[in-house]
Amino acid sequence: MVTSADLYSVLPELILAVLAMALLMYGVFRGDKTVNTVSWLAVGALVLTAIIISASPDTEQSAFRGQLIVDQFATYMKWLVLIGSALAIIMSMNYNEREGIQRFEFPVLILFASLGMLLMVSANDLMSLYVGLELQSLSLYVIAAFRRDSTKSSEAGLKYFVLGALSSGMLLYGASMIYGFAGTTQFDQLATLFTGPNADPGVGVIVGLVFLMAGLAFKVSAVPFHMWTPDVYEGAPTPVTALFAVAPKIAAIALLVRTMVGPFGELFEQWQQIIIFISIASMLLGALAAIWQTNIKRLMAYSSIGHIGYALVGLAAGSEEGIRGIGVYMAIYLVMNIGTFCCILSMRRQGMMVEGISDLAGLARNQPMMAAAMAIFMFSMAGIPPLAGFFGKLYVFMAAVNEGLYVLAIIGVLTSVIGAFYYLRIIKIMYFDEPAEAFDKMAGREVGTIMGVSGLFTLLFFVFPTPIVSAASKAAAVLFSAG
Amino acid sequence: MIIQTIAFYAFAAVTVAAAVMVISARNPVHSVLFLILAFFNAAGLFVLMGAAFIAMILIIVYVGAVAVLFLFVVMMLDINFVELRQGFLQYLPIGALVGLVLLAELVLIFGSWVVAPDFAERVGSPTPFLTETTNTHALGQILYTDYAFLFQACGLILLVAMIGAIVLTLRSREGVKRQHIGAQISRTREESVEIKQVEPGSGV
Repeated sequence: MVTSADLYSVLPELILAVLAMALLMYGVFRGDKTVNTVSWLAVGALVLTAIIISASPDTEQSAFRGQLIVDQFATYMKWLVLIGSALAIIMSMNYNEREGIQRFEFPVLILFASLGMLLMVSANDLMSLYVGLELQSLSLYVIAAFRRDSTKSSEAGLKYFVLGALSSGMLLYGASMIYGFAGTTQFDQLATLFTGPNADPGVGVIVGLVFLMAGLAFKVSAVPFHMWTPDVYEGAPTPVTALFAVAPKIAAIALLVRTMVGPFGELFEQWQQIIIFISIASMLLGALAAIWQTNIKRLMAYSSIGHIGYALVGLAAGSEEGIRGIGVYMAIYLVMNIGTFCCILSMRRQGMMVEGISDLAGLARNQPMMAAAMAIFMFSMAGIPPLAGFFGKLYVFMAAVNEGLYVLAIIGVLTSVIGAFYYLRIIKIMYFDEPAEAFDKMAGREVGTIMGVSGLFTLLFFVFPTPIVSAASKAAAVLFSAG
Repeated sequence: MIIQTIAFYAFAAVTVAAAVMVISARNPVHSVLFLILAFFNAAGLFVLMGAAFIAMILIIVYVGAVAVLFLFVVMMLDINFVELRQGFLQYLPIGALVGLVLLAELVLIFGSWVVAPDFAERVGSPTPFLTETTNTHALGQILYTDYAFLFQACGLILLVAMIGAIVLTLRSREGVKRQHIGAQISRTREESVEIKQVEPGSGV
């Protein structure tokens, strides 16, 4: 039976769902004239959800017969997801208006996608995992193709859809194998099944686990399941790309971490090698393939593949310290990416968006503030101290070294050096190349504000790292206290 | 018992034969019709297993909605299926190889299948016996209680699918004559009928 305690523990999700449907109705009856109102109300809904999430008690609660779990790890990751989605909506308003794709369904679909991500982060059962994932993905497929008159955007949506459906198929196949051999889909029961001296998971569960990981690796776009990323990032409208780069990745990483550490924690030796492989492959590909890119959105796609590789180093360590590293890394990754995409959104010349890296030439002389912000983000992504990105990498590499994964840590450091080349190349183009034609002035104040705030965060993270680091360590601790 | 066995083999044989025809029929419309035949026979298999509800759902959803949709797509879209299928044969060896490898792996995996020792006690306890309750009743009892959350979340997914279909395809077209029932009804004789005096012999 559904009890009021169940409903109370999913109160944030319930409220978000109801508000999203209410906004949908409002938009349907008031037409596309109300897009800005709907967008701001959607941001309000996300903020309200975030407030309710942080107001909920710190203790771990499971709801709906263990299908969902609410703990500090979920709270922390949900915060990041909600911030990412809210900022993406704010960044999209001005852009959509200028590009003539201003429709009220856009913020509503982002709300539904965020709802799916919240469910993913809270999932404690293979079924709720899949339902959350599908709610998120389906909304994102539509948003990717949102500029339906452009071939590229439609292509991005279609590619994302077809490959996403394939990965969902793999995930479901794995889930059915696990259910068939373990007899349950619930995470706590799975965990007890594999614990104990003579617990033998059997080859069926392992194969199922591999398929499950393949499906999840697709969602975080880790190599070798990354093929869709550059095309989708390039084709989708820029604010959508910004959303793709942050919120779904954070949710999927959180889901991957919870699934691996929770029910399959005892099978660490089985999945660690896979995580190490996809981590190294992602770091290498992210560093090498990005070098030849000329389109900044494609470059960001490869950069995000690389970053996911670094974050997975923390999971490969498999320790509480490693998971804390992932928490910190994802927070910093969120801020850096949002900031960078604010800069990309401002690359507009005579009313037209430009996306070439060469278009940034001489930006320092035309728009020194924007160039400075971009330089901060690029230095940070390259991992140059004392900027935030350095600390993100530091925490995961430290965790890997403490667990004896020296090779992984060394490869990580080497690939960040290679990666630094293309980040620094952007800075060189902005500061030392002959100025190209100046960009248009920024239209709205919102994008500039977000850019400035995230720039300051990235710059000053080393002064006040405590709130994020302590929140991340609380989140990581809760995953290990239970098991 | 013998009747059930005969029925099983009949349904199973027709299902497999229809499935083969789906992929080998030259005319795509025939393919869809064979697909419908396969669905009906699969539903028969479900009935034999005692899963009457799923059998009916299979007919309503797959035959009633999905297959009809396929028929629409096949008939409305101008796709040259013969051309689409031309490269089919040259991929066949690789496809067969991948299929064989997967099959071998599956056999290996399922070779390790063991039945839990307390299986006999566990099975049957959560699901009521067919003599006590009907399929639909039993499904509803857990679907709307234990799995209420998943049920609602699936509803949201369908809502998103509907929004998506409308967002990506609905366009407001210029120059389309629409029926305004209000305007039609509120027409009066004065504004729609004009009486002209026609001179004899001059025509209208």
